[in-house]
Amino acid sequence: MMRAAGWLALGVLVAAPLLIVLAMGFGTATSGVPPVIPPWGAGGWQGSLEAWGLVLSDSFYRDALWQSLRLAFITGALCLVLGFGMALGIAAAPPARQFIWLALVLLPFWTGFLLRVSAWVGLLRDSGWVNTMLMQAGLIETPLRMLHTEGAMILGMVHAYLPFAVLPLYASLARRDLTLEEAAADLGAGRWRVLFTITLPLAAPALAAAFLLVFIPAAGEVVIPELLGGPEALLVGRAIWQEFFQTLDWPAAAALATALLALLLLPVAAFQRLAAR
Amino acid sequence: MRRWALYAGLFFLWAPIALMVAYAFSDGRTPYIWGGFSFRWFHALAANERLLEAAWLSLRIAAAAATLATLLGLVLGWVLARHGPFRGRPLFGALAGAPLVLPEVVMGLSFLLLIVGLQGLTGWPAQRGAMTVWLAHSALGMAFVAVLVQARLAALDPRLEEAAADLGASPFIVFRTITLPLIMPSLLAGWGLAFTLSLDDVVLASFVSGPGATTLPVYLFSALRLGLTPEANALATLLLGAAATLLLVYALAARWRARVETPPSRE
Repeated sequence: MMRAAGWLALGVLVAAPLLIVLAMGFGTATSGVPPVIPPWGAGGWQGSLEAWGLVLSDSFYRDALWQSLRLAFITGALCLVLGFGMALGIAAAPPARQFIWLALVLLPFWTGFLLRVSAWVGLLRDSGWVNTMLMQAGLIETPLRMLHTEGAMILGMVHAYLPFAVLPLYASLARRDLTLEEAAADLGAGRWRVLFTITLPLAAPALAAAFLLVFIPAAGEVVIPELLGGPEALLVGRAIWQEFFQTLDWPAAAALATALLALLLLPVAAFQRLAAR
Repeated sequence: MRRWALYAGLFFLWAPIALMVAYAFSDGRTPYIWGGFSFRWFHALAANERLLEAAWLSLRIAAAAATLATLLGLVLGWVLARHGPFRGRPLFGALAGAPLVLPEVVMGLSFLLLIVGLQGLTGWPAQRGAMTVWLAHSALGMAFVAVLVQARLAALDPRLEEAAADLGASPFIVFRTITLPLIMPSLLAGWGLAFTLSLDDVVLASFVSGPGATTLPVYLFSALRLGLTPEANALATLLLGAAATLLLVYALAARWRARVETPPSRE
């Protein structure tokens, strides 16, 4: 009975929506309400490959996908480097302190995602905090353009997703066997050699998990490109959003979402192989 | 011990937040330009009817979604931990974990298309609104609850349940008096996580909510697209204060419980 209930919940809330997105990529956009003709109707198959043709051939969508993956990769890499250092620091603290450090990593979550992004708008824009400070200090004459740049988006995403990276890394590092590192050090390995030959390889599954936890939401990000990226930053999340809300081309939005999912499934599948090993 | 990375990371995380909190008390009309100390933005917040209405709706949706997510997540986690290698288990596991790895925009779009499809087929739900946001947030939250419950169940000592059953307890009594109390921490953590996810979600809610149901993040997103106001700083300060208070209460309660439950040392 439990299993039947589970299948029902998964079928309605997870499988059905995903199958519908998959199918809707073969629908046809119209000007009706809803603005789409589904690929199946009373007369059987009536779908088209129009949306997929558009998504695969138009360089606009290819660029959106590529830019999203590139920025998500940079964000993931930065979060790994910084998050690993932070997790090492927390794991090395006395147990009673570790709770406090973890709380400090997690608390920013509860200021609200949008409000944290808005803090970066306030920091980076032309009349913002950083420019005001620099101008008052006499270091610059005219404001630096920092908002609506790629750097602003990366800063915002690293800030938003860094805690996702710290948690799995901390969980893995806190449980590690320190005698291995001590043995390596006793045998003459330097600090960096211990890090690269012992600590990092042993933390590989956690590193992969941390990377994916950052990479996946970053790849589909809508809010950060919208608020920090400026109008030309058309990442795939935003492209899906615009096709859906503004252009009302639902099949194109669905095809684009399917393409994004397919690209994201690759690293997830790779991770599962790594974890299964 | 060298902790520079930890300090650097925490500085990076907290600097923007510290500025938000500091400038929440600025009298200036322009955000991030100091204009003397005042509470005016907190007053402005309290007078903003639309924002308060959105916040109240968000809280109700988050509580309802967290509750449904906990129930469904308990079922999923239970099946994954206790039902062994049944037919279709790989698919069951993949579907249960899917919301964890789906970008919000994909989930939002897929949910909306499901709702439109349902409307076309059955006429229900009549319109998008709080109800559809509730369902979407429940679907998101249940995946997180399922992971927590599954992990907790897998770590339980099976002898506790076996002992109760041997002593004559029915499966329901075993569940209610042994299993449920033991997995309660994971259910509470899952509820809290689902509540937070719902309260913070803007993308999913934008897709599935209708004109009549504006949640707080949806309201804030449209306000922020038009421009920044110091009210956002005041709101962030309030949220942070509430979260810090809860965390403090939790830490004190945990410490108190540890003291109460530690058996006195044998003399």
